[in-house]
Amino acid sequence: MVNERLNLEKEIETVREDCLKPTRKWGRSTKIWIGCLLIVIAWGLYCYIHQLRAGLGVTAMRNYVSWGLYISTFVFFIGISHSGTLVSAILRITKQEWRRPITRSAELLTFVSLLFGGIMPIIDLGRPDRIANLVIFGRVQSPLMWDIISICTYFVGSSVFLFLPMIPDMALCRDRLTVCDTRFRKFKKWLYTKMAIGWKGTKSQWHRLEKSMTVMTIIIIPVAVSVHTVVSYIFAMTLRPGWNSTVFGPYFVAGALYSGSAGVILGMAAFRKLYHLEKYITPRHFDLMGRLVLALTLIYAYLNLNEYWIPAYKMATAEGHLLRDLFSGSYSIVFWTLQFGTVLLPIIILSIPKGRKPLMLAITCIIIVLGAWVKRYIIVVPTLLHPFMPIQEVPGDWSSYFPNYVEFSVTAAALAGIFLVITLFSKMFPMMAVWEVEDGIKIEHDKQRAIDIRIQREAEEARSRALETDPGIQPIKPDIIIG
Amino acid sequence: MEKENNNLEKPSNRRNFLKVGLIAGGSIAAGTLAISNILSCNKKEGSGVKRTVFTQDGKVYTTDQSHLQDFEVPPVSNDEARKGIPNKKFVMVIDEAKCDGCKKCTEACQKMHYTESDREWIKVFKMQDANATAPYFFPKPCFHCDNPPCTKVCPVNATFKRQDGIVLIDNVRCIGCRSCMVACPYSTRFFNWSAPIEQPELEGMTYSPEKGIPRRMGTVEKCDFCPDMIRQGKMPACVSGCPMDAIYFGDQNEDAVTNASGVTVKFSQLLEDNAGYRHLEELGTEPRVYYLPPKNRKYPKPDMNNIDKKKAGKPVVKDLDMGNMQM
Repeated sequence: MVNERLNLEKEIETVREDCLKPTRKWGRSTKIWIGCLLIVIAWGLYCYIHQLRAGLGVTAMRNYVSWGLYISTFVFFIGISHSGTLVSAILRITKQEWRRPITRSAELLTFVSLLFGGIMPIIDLGRPDRIANLVIFGRVQSPLMWDIISICTYFVGSSVFLFLPMIPDMALCRDRLTVCDTRFRKFKKWLYTKMAIGWKGTKSQWHRLEKSMTVMTIIIIPVAVSVHTVVSYIFAMTLRPGWNSTVFGPYFVAGALYSGSAGVILGMAAFRKLYHLEKYITPRHFDLMGRLVLALTLIYAYLNLNEYWIPAYKMATAEGHLLRDLFSGSYSIVFWTLQFGTVLLPIIILSIPKGRKPLMLAITCIIIVLGAWVKRYIIVVPTLLHPFMPIQEVPGDWSSYFPNYVEFSVTAAALAGIFLVITLFSKMFPMMAVWEVEDGIKIEHDKQRAIDIRIQREAEEARSRALETDPGIQPIKPDIIIG
Repeated sequence: MEKENNNLEKPSNRRNFLKVGLIAGGSIAAGTLAISNILSCNKKEGSGVKRTVFTQDGKVYTTDQSHLQDFEVPPVSNDEARKGIPNKKFVMVIDEAKCDGCKKCTEACQKMHYTESDREWIKVFKMQDANATAPYFFPKPCFHCDNPPCTKVCPVNATFKRQDGIVLIDNVRCIGCRSCMVACPYSTRFFNWSAPIEQPELEGMTYSPEKGIPRRMGTVEKCDFCPDMIRQGKMPACVSGCPMDAIYFGDQNEDAVTNASGVTVKFSQLLEDNAGYRHLEELGTEPRVYYLPPKNRKYPKPDMNNIDKKKAGKPVVKDLDMGNMQM
């Protein structure tokens, strides 16, 4: 029995060390990676300042396509932010044990992509200096205001959702800091102490943590659904062909879940490789996440069918012009590549067990994530190029759109910002919820023990039955059976 | 002056349409005239041309032309500009049968609003609804919808609907999110993508949403039905700039619309006689701009085989004498 407990403690100790290891040293490759990200961000900032000074005219946007890459990226980032809620909250609520090693990275992805997703429309503003007008003169009737309200709510909610399960881990970091950490020791000590907010691991503290986690889990799901619904409303509340669609809310939510959970798998794969977490994030996790993405892709494909097949059957005037351009016109190659390459192909790959192996799944998820990004662009831009009034005798650059270097640079900087925050986070805090994984091990252990005890009891019963019939057999010590 | 005197003889112009501003002008309802030296008019030699004017309180004076001087109606306050002109419902009727696609309305508008040539607040489209149907010219200003999709989506109330039916933009408040641009089904709105071109005439001009100038970078602009002109008792620039008398403008409450030549007709009668309609009625935006179908067209139809998506060259804005075009 003592042996057993020792084993358990040893196991837990390995978990703790494996989780804390990446926060202890900054390798050379980490520094180079961060340096590269900072260069991309600096260049993006330079381009943004240029845009601020000279106006949005430095982008490729013009009067017909007045929303372009920035708004498409906004929708995409907000979509990716759905991952955290889905994996973390839904799997928590359904008590899926295998969620434990991946909740932290999923919640982090939500937090970061929401942060940068929320910045994108501000980058897109003609007058960001007047942003206070949203408070002073804000109109709650405007879909844009719904976006602001729900994104802010979701941001606060997902911050809390990320922070709550971090508290015990922060206490762990705080307590172990003195042993190994050398870099920024003082700062780290201060930070971990603040973030642990006096966590001692008492029974009442655990009770309160679990209670608030349950409350947050329930609250965050409808908030997340509302976010992507109202993001779709900034399009669906207009009369424009292609946007004037009642299926847009669920269509966007499904698209968000499909791209977001693929994003989680990419995060899982990256951290598993970089931080050597193969022991915790196993092929089984990839298999199960692969099944989840498959289910979400099927839902997304179903909504895609509704979104395009219903108007395509009718081919109403304005809608027909747009659909003709998508199906067989200037956007047809991109459109069909998206439909077959990033919806149908993943469905086929994910249906095969081999397609849910870590490497294959990661490749599929890259396709899904990139496809979701381009899809947002295909939702935003072609509609704007097919207004009700014909495009006649306008300056050449009005009647077409492709993002220019300013938009690409600023968007790349936002993406680099996401990577940077994730990298810094993973170098400061454990990327797995240590206590949750511990709990998982303990639960496993208890289960194992229960099984052992049952085996033991059954063995004893069998022996006593045997003894009754043949008293000549010597009783065997139970410890030997357990081993 | 010739034109004004001609107008005087037309009884249809005697109504007090647009009697607003400090002093609404004479029997031809021109508001930019103020009586100077009215008490000491004997001192001055008269030009011989008599004008009848009335003040805002309804008193009527007949005085010599030389005693009248131009009076600049000061821009109204922001609150006033958001309310609009009381008891009016402005409405426009465009007769496709009379339009020859000369784009003089666009030019007049661009001159009035100091607009860059690529922005056509009123744009003349060449339209053809189906292969077999007749092509026609289609001048399209802002429709100033009664159910405006644009003002609904504005997060800061920078674009708004007034009680007189006009939809305006306050470019001091606009945050440049361009929600209104994507919401407008008629592609009526334009964005100041870059800093507006500096024009010496605009210096020192006080901004009012009714005037729309000076422009500001990063904000939206569009056709405004020229409310500053209306307050002066004048017609919007496109109406008075139309040499074909194709555009009528007026007050729906009065049931009267007037064209550039000063011909005033009953609005309801005009629509009834000519089967007036509104563009894209099925969208439910309730436009305040009505069209008369191109029946018995006066000018050649547009050449539909010769439509370019892109502009060949920048159009030259010709000098138009706006002062003469009064109602």
